Amino acid sequence: MKIRTLGRHIKESGKSIARNGWMTFASISAVTVTLLLVGVFYVILMNLNEVATSIEKDVSIKVLVDTTAGETEREDLLNKLKKMDKIESIIFSSKEQELDELITSFGDEGDLFKELYEERNPLNDAFIIKTKDPIDTMEVAKQIETFDYVYKVNYGKGEVEKLFNVIDASRNVGLALIIGLLFTAIFLISNTIKITINSRRKEIEIMRLVGATNGFIRWPFFLEGLWLGILGSIIPITLIAFLYKEVYSYIQPKLEGHFIRLLEFTPFIYEVSGLILGLGCLIGTLGSLLSVRKFLKV
Amino acid sequence: MITMKEVYKRYPNGVVAANGIDIQIDQGEFVYVVGASGAGKSTFIKMMYREEKPTSGQIIVNGVDITKLKNSKVPLFRRNIGVVFQDFKLLPKLTVYENIAFALEVIEESPRVTKKKVMEVLELVNLKHKARMFPNELSGGEQQRVSIARSIVNSPLVVIADEPTGNLDPDTSWEIMRIFEEINARGTTVIMATHNKEIVNTKKHRVIAIENGLIVRDEQRGDYGYEN
Repeated sequence: MKIRTLGRHIKESGKSIARNGWMTFASISAVTVTLLLVGVFYVILMNLNEVATSIEKDVSIKVLVDTTAGETEREDLLNKLKKMDKIESIIFSSKEQELDELITSFGDEGDLFKELYEERNPLNDAFIIKTKDPIDTMEVAKQIETFDYVYKVNYGKGEVEKLFNVIDASRNVGLALIIGLLFTAIFLISNTIKITINSRRKEIEIMRLVGATNGFIRWPFFLEGLWLGILGSIIPITLIAFLYKEVYSYIQPKLEGHFIRLLEFTPFIYEVSGLILGLGCLIGTLGSLLSVRKFLKV
Repeated sequence: MITMKEVYKRYPNGVVAANGIDIQIDQGEFVYVVGASGAGKSTFIKMMYREEKPTSGQIIVNGVDITKLKNSKVPLFRRNIGVVFQDFKLLPKLTVYENIAFALEVIEESPRVTKKKVMEVLELVNLKHKARMFPNELSGGEQQRVSIARSIVNSPLVVIADEPTGNLDPDTSWEIMRIFEEINARGTTVIMATHNKEIVNTKKHRVIAIENGLIVRDEQRGDYGYEN
């Protein structure tokens, strides 16, 4: 294509956008609403994913060693655990350490335990185990339960399973919602552009009559869709960036010291903006090309 | 120039608009196509520039069998044919000049050549002084002259006109006819479907009469042959 022709197409697409004021507004609104929803879902989904990953990483198994076990039996147990290949790390925590932790976790009231249990510590020595893949937690825990001198195995029975289920479900639901929204948007845009094209039927008819190729006719519509997509993504990008900055600076300080965290404002917001802009262009051009198709049948 | 062999056209609703048409039109001819409304004139004409495809049969235009033409090649084929309609088909938001230049713009002609050619045809249809006006500022006859100018700006081998004087008063119709004859005199084939008895009977040319999708009469320097 000649540069002059491209210039003509750009000019034509711009003219059409300006000429079809209300229709342009309707199309841009459709893109804006969709992208805003998709953007918000995406931000929530990605943060949920981040939280889920950090929770997954934090899932551990606590093996309480039977109080009747002596040092040799404890060593035997440790060796047995070390031989399991699904285990990543084993940390030993003596019953004294366990008591200290308990006391600290209760804050001021912890002193009560201190007085009560200083003489006779009722807690067990423990091994804190992390599996290589969090999903193996349950299987490994059940295996360890059968070992000798194991008093109890704690891994948040039931809750871990529930957590994994919730994470999986929310990922799938979010993804399905985003895909559904995108299709709705393409449909909406192709319909709005179809209305604007109807008024330009004559122009297309004449173009075909004087020998314009389909590609030549399609170009201005393609560009028009592109502009609608770009214009429609401005508000979602601005709004999401602004809101995420607010939410991030409000929530993140509260999460300090916890193992969960939100995705950092940058570079995450660039990723989101890029995605919104890309999707805007995609649904704009796709919607536009879909609607011009039926006018180009010879 | 244009040859139709055993051409049939049946529309999906069952209407048969061409019922075995055989015709040969040579380069440089001036042909009237006459017949009552619904006789199949428009289909006959539309098949010549591939707006309609026949159900069966062969249509050869300028050596190319256009019934076998790929859809993607149709635009290139159309560049050799000028088409004029009863309702002018001008773009209301473009000036006279722009409407004509539009036909060259879409085939990516250079601005220099475009300007030269548009000025030439404006001269031919005698509308140079109205180049900057918009279609709604022109009379019906002037609009049709713009439409004719657009159809010939690309120097086509053939101009096809579907009732070009149908919306015009007698005086204006004669002016349009004068332009078609001038175009024809320059060597361009002109095919004109018309209901204008006076023109056909006065400006004698070949007459093809169509009834029920069939050519019932084909005479050199013929008469209109119907009562309006």
